[in-house]
Amino acid sequence: SSIHCIRGTDLFGYIGIEAVLDQMRCKTMKAGFEFNIMVVGQSGLGKSTLVNTLFKSKVSRKSCAPDYEEKISKTVKLHSVSHLIEEKGVKMKLTVIDTPGFGDQINNDNCWEPIVKYVNEQYEKYLREELHINRKRRIPDTRVHCCIYFIPATGHRLRPIDVEFMKRLGKIVSIVPVIAKADTLTIEERQEFKERIRQDLAANGIHVYPQREYDEDPEERILNNRIRENIPFAVVGTDKEHQVNGNKVLGRKTKWGIIEVENVAHCEFANLRDLLIRSHLQDLKDVTHNIHYETYRVRRLNESNLNFSELGLSAVPLENGTADKCESDSHL
Amino acid sequence: KNELAMDKGARPLSLSGHVGFDSLPDQLVNKSICQGFCFNILCIGETGIGKSTLMDTLFNTNFENFESSHFEPQVKLRAQTYDLQESNVRLRLTVVNTVGFGDQMNKQESYQPVVDYIDRQFESYLQEELKIKRSLHNYHDSRVHACLYFISPSGHSLKSLDLVTMKKLDSKVNIIPVIAKADTISKSELHKFKIKIMSELVSNGVQIYQFPLDDETVAKVNTSMNGHLPFAVVGSTEEVSVGNKMVKARQYPWGIVQVENENHCDFMKLREMLICVNMEDLREQTHTRHYELYRRCKLEEMGFKDTDPECKPVSLQQTYEAKRQEFLEELQRREDEMRQMFVLRVKEKEAELKDAERELQSRFEQLKRLHADEKAALEEKKRLLEDDQSSFGKRRAAAQLLQAQSLTANGKKDKDRKKYVHVDTKAAVSSEQ
Repeated sequence: SSIHCIRGTDLFGYIGIEAVLDQMRCKTMKAGFEFNIMVVGQSGLGKSTLVNTLFKSKVSRKSCAPDYEEKISKTVKLHSVSHLIEEKGVKMKLTVIDTPGFGDQINNDNCWEPIVKYVNEQYEKYLREELHINRKRRIPDTRVHCCIYFIPATGHRLRPIDVEFMKRLGKIVSIVPVIAKADTLTIEERQEFKERIRQDLAANGIHVYPQREYDEDPEERILNNRIRENIPFAVVGTDKEHQVNGNKVLGRKTKWGIIEVENVAHCEFANLRDLLIRSHLQDLKDVTHNIHYETYRVRRLNESNLNFSELGLSAVPLENGTADKCESDSHL
Repeated sequence: KNELAMDKGARPLSLSGHVGFDSLPDQLVNKSICQGFCFNILCIGETGIGKSTLMDTLFNTNFENFESSHFEPQVKLRAQTYDLQESNVRLRLTVVNTVGFGDQMNKQESYQPVVDYIDRQFESYLQEELKIKRSLHNYHDSRVHACLYFISPSGHSLKSLDLVTMKKLDSKVNIIPVIAKADTISKSELHKFKIKIMSELVSNGVQIYQFPLDDETVAKVNTSMNGHLPFAVVGSTEEVSVGNKMVKARQYPWGIVQVENENHCDFMKLREMLICVNMEDLREQTHTRHYELYRRCKLEEMGFKDTDPECKPVSLQQTYEAKRQEFLEELQRREDEMRQMFVLRVKEKEAELKDAERELQSRFEQLKRLHADEKAALEEKKRLLEDDQSSFGKRRAAAQLLQAQSLTANGKKDKDRKKYVHVDTKAAVSSEQ
């Protein structure tokens, strides 16, 4: 069948096709959204605080578990905690995955392994559900949509553990690196540090979010280029509020001043928040689903030799008239 | 029902400030705008019932149409795809029409090409979904989202062809029945007709598409519309002047039927329901209900299960391996069979050839014998003939001698003897012959 192009001018009047946008909006609001965010970095870098600041509530495990002890664990364990949050009728199930013990040992060899294992386990869970005969209407999504990696504000360069981790995880999940506790760096130091980090990332072939190769069109490329020129974001987190110029602001009070977390002149928290939540949240999910998950799936199906087309799945000729030539024909 | 809350371990939490994820629906919608939407409508109805005209009227445009003949030997389907754009929404619309539906003398198999078409689209999607390297979000979805079934405006009841066809399709596609050319039915007759149709559908267990009631924003209008089914429609792309406006209408000597006038027909209701209110739901139902059913049946048919007879979960790999083993064994078996068959045929041919050879040989022997016999017979004849010849020669010689003797001995008596000898000789010769 041929495709004819009938543009808006050919339509002799308004039909109401654009109403489908509202229909879609209603349906997605009713269904709700899921978002799974992982935080990785050694103890004391302010991971829990940052996540709480991002979502303006106590979403991290540290804040919810009443018996949480500030102990350095001997191995890297992963903990996830989920909350239902709502804003202007939009419901979201937010899962924060914490990785206590990462980078805290004397010998940190292979400390990324439990994390790699966890990420792949979520892909595996989804894949199994997707392959069921009787599938759920909505497959529960526990896949990690975004991994925030905390770089300590040394001011020098990336450390070996940073490079090793991001190299490996960057292949299977979208990494957003941030400079933690950035209030110890001046603006100049910060810029230099960021530049060196970007060089180190490029030198090691590490692709962080937003990955250049997934830009879908020129507009998106321009937008994402601007972001890529500014990462990693230098952040400061807090849940305390102070009075500044008669306004209540989130900030850290020190003897030499108040660091306003949401002030872009002070730190880049707002940029991070806008990227992760206000503009690219859906994109993070899409990249996870369309790219990372598909890559995992291809690998798994090839490993297990699961090639359905080989079984001559269809005996019905396809619509364009060509019959499905399965291997059995040539074999015989 | 809040689907998310059903997950265990997710506690509700209140936010102490504006986070900003309320923009999520917009983020999602913007992505969809970039990708564009697909919508596929299947129109089933008799030739000339007004399918193409209704599509033109519905989408305010002129699709390429041509009149079909009434003499199609079989029902066929014709699909055409169009790219429409309204403000920033790009819609890829595919309109599929039946050709020759209801024209054949024997309509028993009329529904089959339609069912096959719908299944082929599901199959195509399933194959893409099961590919190793797949590209689902770029896939041109050709699955039928809405099926408009055109009912003849007889005013009495549904035809058995209608019931049979709709029954075959109700688990595969969203059926929206419409009464075509509704301007041939009076208002009171129409009301009775609608009731009759709906009750026949119910009593025959035909599941038509129900406009969804679970969303409060549309529940009210959908409930009301569900009560107006089937929609009585009139289609027209020609415009007639009514009052001081040009409206789409059909002009008769006794009046003007206005397509977009809700008092005249249900066209506006159809457009409202199909496009403005429920397009997304039609797409969703097709994907989550009809397609899933097709997929489940197809995979079960191939022997895949989620749990084994003891209700323990079966790993897909196990099933796949078993299936693959089965498949390879089947291939092997067929190969062996063919090989055996080949050997058998060769043997048969060999035997055949041997028989032919033997027969040829015996015939040759026979001919040889025949030939020898004939030769012997001829030899015998030859010998007898030679014998005769020689005995005749002897007798002639004897007679001649006698003649010679009588001549020298007696003159007078010679004449008699000559006669006598001649007669004798003649008699001897004639008795030889």
